[in-house]
Amino acid sequence: MGWIGEQIESIKSIQIRQLLSQAISLGMIVTSALIIWKALMCITGSESPVVVVLSGSMEPGFKRGDILFLHMSKDPIRAGEIVVFNVDGREIPIVHRVIKVHERQDTGEVDVLTKGDNNYGDDRLLYAHGQLWLHRHHIMGRAVGFLPYVGWVTIIMTEKPIIKYILIGALGFLVLTSKD
Amino acid sequence: MHSFGHRANALLTFALTILALMCAMASFSDNFNSPSPTADVQVLNINWFQKQPNGNDEVSLTFNISADLQSLFTWNTKQVFVFLAAEYETPKNSMNQVSLWDGIIPSKEHAKFWIHTTNKYRFTDQGSNLRGKEFNLSLHWHVMPKTGKMFADKIVMSGFRLPEEYR
Repeated sequence: MGWIGEQIESIKSIQIRQLLSQAISLGMIVTSALIIWKALMCITGSESPVVVVLSGSMEPGFKRGDILFLHMSKDPIRAGEIVVFNVDGREIPIVHRVIKVHERQDTGEVDVLTKGDNNYGDDRLLYAHGQLWLHRHHIMGRAVGFLPYVGWVTIIMTEKPIIKYILIGALGFLVLTSKD
Repeated sequence: MHSFGHRANALLTFALTILALMCAMASFSDNFNSPSPTADVQVLNINWFQKQPNGNDEVSLTFNISADLQSLFTWNTKQVFVFLAAEYETPKNSMNQVSLWDGIIPSKEHAKFWIHTTNKYRFTDQGSNLRGKEFNLSLHWHVMPKTGKMFADKIVMSGFRLPEEYR
């Protein structure tokens, strides 16, 4: 109780000037997070530089809750690369491996077929009805790096929003009460 | 000053920093490994070769692969994904890559292997260009690390040719 009481005391003792400086430091934290995210978008050229693996279709390579770093360059897409793609009519992007590539001679457009390492068949069943190939515009990026388990934070927060609010509340409380 | 909150915060920050640093170093250490894998593929038989009703050529092959990928494994390697792709050029397409077989190598002990198989995925062209077509078979690998950067490379074997007639 002593610690919480202390913190509440410190909130009561806040003056206007101090309140303003706390608000500014909170704003700085939020904006610097935004700056880092947008800078990553510029460097990697991908609209979402980091994705969380949500399904087990790439096991044992990638498990649910692992995170992948994406990169989107002008380089042509080749078989074996792990790409993240959006299918028309599906909201959640999919992370699978390219198994077939046909690149046009004249226009340089590509037809790509993907498959999850852990799935039995290719991805034509996941594509939009009647779609046989993925094209360049479906692909958001290719995976270049890997970090295990970190994605569980976001999975838990999206599935149990209450934890997200508790966490944000607690962080805000700490920022407001900290004195340095 | 040194309240419970401050100490917990400092400890957590320090632990996460060290963990991130160790992950970065583990990934960086992969750069010191210079692998020297070897591979050989032989096409043993054309099982059948035909034109599908939609006009695309399709062929079924029997082949064997022998490869030694042990040198790809480091202490930061979780698994190696290996696949064999047929690569060829047609008047319509400047690059055609068709994966014929793939496999996951979970550990260094399994990285020296020999396999006799038919193609696991359909070898289908976009169009009817496969008669008498010269193609390359390349063995690609994709090293998936425990953490950090992924590596990929391949060995290209050229000089394969499909028959002039359907069978």
